Amino acid sequence: MEFNKILKNALLIIFACLALSACATKKAGTGQMQGDVYTGKETIEYLASGVPDRVFFATNESVLTTASRETLRKQAAWLRKNSKINIVLEGHADERGTREYNLALGERRANAAKDYLMTYGVSSDRISVLSYGKERPVDSGSNPLSWSKNRRSVTVKAN
Amino acid sequence: MTKKIIFLVLIILFPFNTYGIIKVDITRGNLDPLPLAVSPLAIDNDSKNEFKKILNMRDIGSEISIIVEKNLRTSGLFNPLDKEAFLQKPDIANLKPRFEDWKLIKAQALITGKVNFIDEKLRVEFRLWDILAGREMMALAFTTVPTNWRRVGHIISDKVYERLTGEKGYFDTRIIYVAEEGPKTQRVKKLAIMDQDGFNNKFLTLGNELVLTPRFNKTSQMVTYLSYFRNLPRVYLLDIETGTQEVVGDFPGMTFAPRFSPDGKKIIMSFAKDGNSDIYTMDLESRVVDRITNHPSIDTSPSYSPDGKFISFNSDRSGYQQIYVMESSGKNVKRISFGKGLYGTPVWSPRGDLIAFTKLHKGKFYIGVMRTDGSGERLLTENFYQEAPSWSPNGRVLIFYRETKTDDEGKGFSAKLWSIDLTGYNEREVKTPTDASDPSWSSLLSN
Repeated sequence: MEFNKILKNALLIIFACLALSACATKKAGTGQMQGDVYTGKETIEYLASGVPDRVFFATNESVLTTASRETLRKQAAWLRKNSKINIVLEGHADERGTREYNLALGERRANAAKDYLMTYGVSSDRISVLSYGKERPVDSGSNPLSWSKNRRSVTVKAN
Repeated sequence: MTKKIIFLVLIILFPFNTYGIIKVDITRGNLDPLPLAVSPLAIDNDSKNEFKKILNMRDIGSEISIIVEKNLRTSGLFNPLDKEAFLQKPDIANLKPRFEDWKLIKAQALITGKVNFIDEKLRVEFRLWDILAGREMMALAFTTVPTNWRRVGHIISDKVYERLTGEKGYFDTRIIYVAEEGPKTQRVKKLAIMDQDGFNNKFLTLGNELVLTPRFNKTSQMVTYLSYFRNLPRVYLLDIETGTQEVVGDFPGMTFAPRFSPDGKKIIMSFAKDGNSDIYTMDLESRVVDRITNHPSIDTSPSYSPDGKFISFNSDRSGYQQIYVMESSGKNVKRISFGKGLYGTPVWSPRGDLIAFTKLHKGKFYIGVMRTDGSGERLLTENFYQEAPSWSPNGRVLIFYRETKTDDEGKGFSAKLWSIDLTGYNEREVKTPTDASDPSWSSLLSN
C-alpha cells in the first residue's frame, strides 16, 4: 500500500514535469500564467508567514506543478509543527465544465493535495476534503486568467 | 406544501371523431404553425360572481382560455389568432360555431368552452372544432376545486395538443430547478418549483446551504438533489408534498449527480472517495447499495434508459470527458461519443431513442442529441455556456440552463432557463422570478 502511494506520487511528479515542459513553450500572455496554470499572487492568503494557502491547476487536470509541490511542502512543515491544527482541503474547478463533472474534478484536485501532504508526514485523520466544483469561484471574470485562479485547492484551518 | 391532488372528473361528451383531418406535423418545427382560434370560455353571470369571490378574478373563462392560448403558442406548433378578430360570441360559438366566420379569419381549428360554478366546484367543458371540415373533433368536461383553475387550462392544452399532433402533451407539468441570487463568488441557491409556464413559483429551501441538481421521480412527486447541509455534500430525497427530507445512504464522502431509476425505486448517483468518482445505486426500500462502475477515472452524471435496462454516463477514462452506455448491471461499457470536443450530462429521452447531452468544443457549449449508439449527432444550440438538458415528458422539448459571460470587471453574470424543440427550432427563455439553473421536468401530472 505504502509503496503504491510512493509510486503514485513519483508518477504524479513525472507527469507534472512532463506537463510543465510541454506547456513551457506556450506564451502565457498575461505573465501570471505558465501554460494555463496560475502563477500570480492575487487571491492567495497565508496560513502562516511564508505558507501560502492554495495551489493551482491546469484545465481539466489534477496534477501538482513544481510550484504547487513547493507550497504543499511548506504547508506540511507548518502542519507538522502545529500538530493540533486540522485542515479542510477545498477543491475547486473553473466555470468551463459541466456541474457534476466539476464536483468530481474538485474532489480529485483536493485529494491530489491531500496525498502530497500525507507523503510529507501529515496524518490523514487531520485532513478532510470538500469539493465545491465550480460553485465558489474566487474571481468572477470570464477569461483565461480568472479561470486559472479558480482552478485551485485551498487549505483551510478546520479548528 | 399541502397535499393538493386534483379532483378531476372527466366526461366524454360526445364520441371521438377518430378521422380528424387536421394534422400537425411535429417533426418540422415551427416553420408553419397551425392557425387556430381559442375562444374565451363562456360563463354565466352567477358563476362569474362566485369565482370573483373565491379567486378574486374578473373572468375565469377568459383567463383559462389565455392559458391554453399561451401554451399552444409556446409549443411553436400553433399560431393562436388575435381574439379581436373573432366574430362569434363565446357562448354561441360553443353551441354551434358558424364555420364560415372562423374560416374568414383563417382559423383551421377552434377551441370553445363553458365554465360553471356547481356545488362549490369548478366545472369546465371544452370543444375542439375542425373548421375546414366543419365538425367537432373532441368534447370533454372536467370538475375540480376552483383553486385548480390553472391546471384545467393546462389539461385542455394537453388534450388539444394530443388530438392535433397525435402525441401526448407536456403542459400539465412542473419544473423543479435551482433559484440563484447574489454575486457570482457567493451565490445563494434554493430549490424552487413552478408550473411549466412559470406560474405558481415556490421556494422549497431557504438558501442556508448550497443545493444543486434537483431531479424528479417520474412516478411520484419526489425529488432527489445534492445539498451541502453541514458542509457535507450528500444526495438527499425530498417529498415535495410533505416537505420531508432525508439523506440517501450512509457514504463516507461526497455523493452527487443523483437521478431516479424509471420505476422510482432506486437512486443512481456518484460517490467520490480518495479522488475517484464511481457510480452507485441505492434501493430506496431495502437500502441495498450496489457499485456499478469501478474505474480510476471520473464516472458521473448517470441516467437510466426508460426501460431501466441501460445506463448512460460520462467518464474521462479515455483522457477526456465522453459519453458511455452500459447495461444496468455495469457490464459491457461502450463509449458512444466520438465527435470533436468534450461530451457530458447524457440524459435518455423518455421515448428511448435519443440521448441529449452537453458538448464543449473550441470554447463553445452546445446542447445536442444523438442516437443511443452515438450515431446521428445533432447540435441544437450553441452558446458561451449552457448545460444540463432535461426532457419534456413527451420527448419533444428540452429545458436547460444558460450562463452569460461576464465583462472585464467580472460583472454581468446571469443564469437563466431556456427551452428548445427537438427540431432545433423554437428556442425560448423560460422566465423565472430569480436567476435559475439545473431544471428538471416532471412527468404529466394527469393523463
